Amino acid sequence: MYKILKKEVLAPTISLFDIEAPMVARSARAGQFVILRTIDEGERIPLTIADFDREKGTITCVFQEVGKTTKELAKFDVGDSLKDFVGPLGEPSHIENFGRVVVVGGGVGVAPIHPIARALKEAGNEVIGIIGARTGELLFWEDKLRSACTELRVTTDDGSYVRQGFVTDVLKEVIEEKGDIALCVAIGPLPMMRAVCNLTKEYNLKTIVSLNSIMVDGTGMCGCCRVTVGGQTKFACVDGPEFDGHQVDFAEMARRSVIYKEQEQIAMEHHQCTCGCGGGK
Amino acid sequence: MAVIPNKHPMPAQDPVVRAKNFNEVALGYDEETVVAEASRCLQCKKAPCRQGCPVEVDIPAFIKLASERDFAGAIKKLKEKNALPAVCGRVCPQENQCEKYCTVGKKNEPVGIGRIERFCADWELANGVLPQQVAEPTSKKVAIVGSGPSGLTCAADLAKLGHKVTIFEALHVAGGVLMYGIPEFRLPKAVVQAEVQNLKNLGVDIQVNAVVGKFATVDQLMEEGGFDAAFIGTGAGLPYFMNIPGENACGVYSANEFLTRTNLMKAYKFPDADTPIRVGKKVAVLGGGNVAMDAARTALRLGAEESWIVYRRSKTELPARHEEAEHAEEEGVKFAFLTSPTRIIYDDNYWVTGMECLRYELGEPDASGRRSPVPIEGSEFVIDVDTVVVAIGQGPNPLVPRTTKGLECNKKGNIIANLETGATSKPGVYAGGDVVTGAATVILAMGAGRTAAKSIHAYLSGK
Ligand SMILES: Cc1cc2nc3c(=O)[nH]c(=O)nc-3n(C[C@H](O)[C@H](O)[C@H](O)COP(=O)(O)OP(=O)(O)OC[C@H]3O[C@@H](n4cnc5c(N)ncnc54)[C@H](O)[C@@H]3O)c2cc1C
Ligand SMILES: Cc1cc2nc3c(=O)[nH]c(=O)nc-3n(C[C@H](O)[C@H](O)[C@H](O)COP(=O)(O)OP(=O)(O)OC[C@H]3O[C@@H](n4cnc5c(N)ncnc54)[C@H](O)[C@@H]3O)c2cc1C
Ligand code: SF4
Ligand code: SF4
Ligand code: FES
Repeated sequence: MYKILKKEVLAPTISLFDIEAPMVARSARAGQFVILRTIDEGERIPLTIADFDREKGTITCVFQEVGKTTKELAKFDVGDSLKDFVGPLGEPSHIENFGRVVVVGGGVGVAPIHPIARALKEAGNEVIGIIGARTGELLFWEDKLRSACTELRVTTDDGSYVRQGFVTDVLKEVIEEKGDIALCVAIGPLPMMRAVCNLTKEYNLKTIVSLNSIMVDGTGMCGCCRVTVGGQTKFACVDGPEFDGHQVDFAEMARRSVIYKEQEQIAMEHHQCTCGCGGGK
Repeated sequence: MAVIPNKHPMPAQDPVVRAKNFNEVALGYDEETVVAEASRCLQCKKAPCRQGCPVEVDIPAFIKLASERDFAGAIKKLKEKNALPAVCGRVCPQENQCEKYCTVGKKNEPVGIGRIERFCADWELANGVLPQQVAEPTSKKVAIVGSGPSGLTCAADLAKLGHKVTIFEALHVAGGVLMYGIPEFRLPKAVVQAEVQNLKNLGVDIQVNAVVGKFATVDQLMEEGGFDAAFIGTGAGLPYFMNIPGENACGVYSANEFLTRTNLMKAYKFPDADTPIRVGKKVAVLGGGNVAMDAARTALRLGAEESWIVYRRSKTELPARHEEAEHAEEEGVKFAFLTSPTRIIYDDNYWVTGMECLRYELGEPDASGRRSPVPIEGSEFVIDVDTVVVAIGQGPNPLVPRTTKGLECNKKGNIIANLETGATSKPGVYAGGDVVTGAATVILAMGAGRTAAKSIHAYLSGK
């Protein structure tokens, strides 16, 4: 079970897996996520569903190596199996024909924005896509996004590819240029989603973000993932992960996301000195 | 023969030693002690003890067999009524159940029914599980949602009747609260997994990582999955918070998260196990039930210097099992009674640094018959803590009720089911355990699973 059928290295530290999980694939929808464990006694980590194939019974995940579990995951190869894989979790994206929409993907967030863009376009929207990365090397799926969107704009923080600028710079241009936009969906690192929301607030442009709070069970049982939205406590795993970005308390989220910073460091060091590869030195 | 006035003491790990490890606290009787304890039973004709057991274990009969060293016979007798004796012998609140009604207990200490039960069950685990009879296959399929004690029991009974049973469990292991909530030091996980293995031997298919309401709804299981009936035993897993300011600060846990990280994810082995936990130096646990005791005792074992139970009533009203509160105290857990927090105080980095509390006094008895706590105005004071664990109760997880057409629930979100049959408002769908009753006990959940299994069998036989 949960066998890896395809592996692709999309960029340094960013990989894609197609994982055999027919139960998840049969009802997966854009905006939802899975939780996986690589090994026994491993951590349960959430990853967004970047794509799914109901017929083949596969789920596509794209992940970035940031700590112990994701680094370990990157070492898995085609034919290997994950220990656990559960989903689809969370509420799917709300898709309807809004008219003109903008989708913004930053960094590894380009992957989860893809099925949402595709679904929005299929629902009849004019979809303007904006994707960006720190540097050109880290950018992936430009082609996929181009066909999922009506129009795609690309940017890099350092200007090493296409143009220089943050996704918010491009977003501002798009808003100024196009005027009436019904909805913005932004997925990426926390600071990016926060910056997008600060910008769109000025234009009163409703913005949906996908929150990646720390999780354990993903079924509403532990409350670890709680976030404040519109002054109310919500569980990101069952009430979200998507929320109205203008209502999200990003400052709280940012502080909660580093709760285990010290332990994550310990886990990395412990990992490097026991894996036998002499890595980390 | 003169009656021995006291129960034979339960051998236990030394409190100072055990407060630092996760090994089981109570070590269990040896054969000589169990025989001696079993001989304290008067074999009463009317056996008042039985009325205190929610599943009516034939207590005098199994105790008699134990006193005769026929442990195989004793376990067989126990299992006629109780599918999980190794679990119940450890965690049943016996002082409020079977042992409360024991004749010996009128003048002396009651017979240690739970301890004898535990010995017999452990004997079976050590000596190989007795073969179980399985009826001819019936070609009927039953889906069980949730693998807590209610689901496990319902599954076992239906499998023995020849039905094809599949359990769907949201987490990556089966067992429900027995795995993620009740700590290793009270209920070793190997004991729970032995019971789960037992089920597999009966031919029950256990699908972990299967969240019903997500990968498929109950309706889809019945319509597309070919299941003829379903039992819902999803428990009371939704943690309640106090709704006081500062409750989302870093260092505030729900008891569920605190215990899940520790038990299910084995954070006490970190970094050998990957999931971390932050316990801090001084921990305050809010609440006074079993869950609160488990969290406070767990905190000490994880290295906290001080672990406090903060409870708004007094010691006499503590809802936890007496033995658990006593064990906690022996281990060094401290109690702040008649105290409840009003807000959580945190530093610039959003980390907990303290808790503002109010003192309480006891007023008139409330609907539950307990004297209700009344805050004393102006009695605010601050205690320094760096971790807060909220253990004030849990409600039913709304996932299944919300996604199942025509399933009636009450205002609190509990599924409405007939307690005599387990039947819900939806034909072919039965429910039991904490999701129906609200947070209760292992044995009640088991009893509900058993009741539902009987009804499901009748329903399938008539179909
Ligand atoms: C709903 C959701 C969807 C996500 N989708 C993706 C995705 O598609 N691709 C991707 O690369 N990443 C995604 N993430 C983030 C991913 O889960 C974390 O990168 C991963 O858990 C890090 O684990 P680690 O052991 O490698 O690193 P760690 O060393 O544990 O942590 C590194 C960083 O990851 C964050 N993190 C740690 N544990 C968790 C946890 N249990 N849940 C969430 N975040 C955590 C921490 O804030 C920390 O900053 C998603 C997170 C959520 C909640
Ligand atoms: C910390 C703690 C200590 C306790 N101590 C004691 C004690 O000492 N003695 C005692 O008698 N009782 C004790 N209890 C209470 C007792 O554990 C519960 O009453 C009992 O476990 C309830 O059983 P259940 O079968 O109803 O559900 P649970 O044990 O709650 O199991 C429900 C299962 O269903 C799963 N589930 C939920 N939703 C879904 C879904 N949508 N799809 C698939 N699966 C799902 C959950 O993951 C879980 O595994 C304690 C409880 C806790 C939390
Ligand atoms: S199941 Fe519980 S209540 Fe019944 S006899 Fe055993 S310990 Fe007592
Ligand atoms: S009431 Fe006590 S003494 Fe009498 S049969 Fe039951 S356990 Fe034995
Ligand atoms: S991850 Fe546990 S409630 Fe959301």
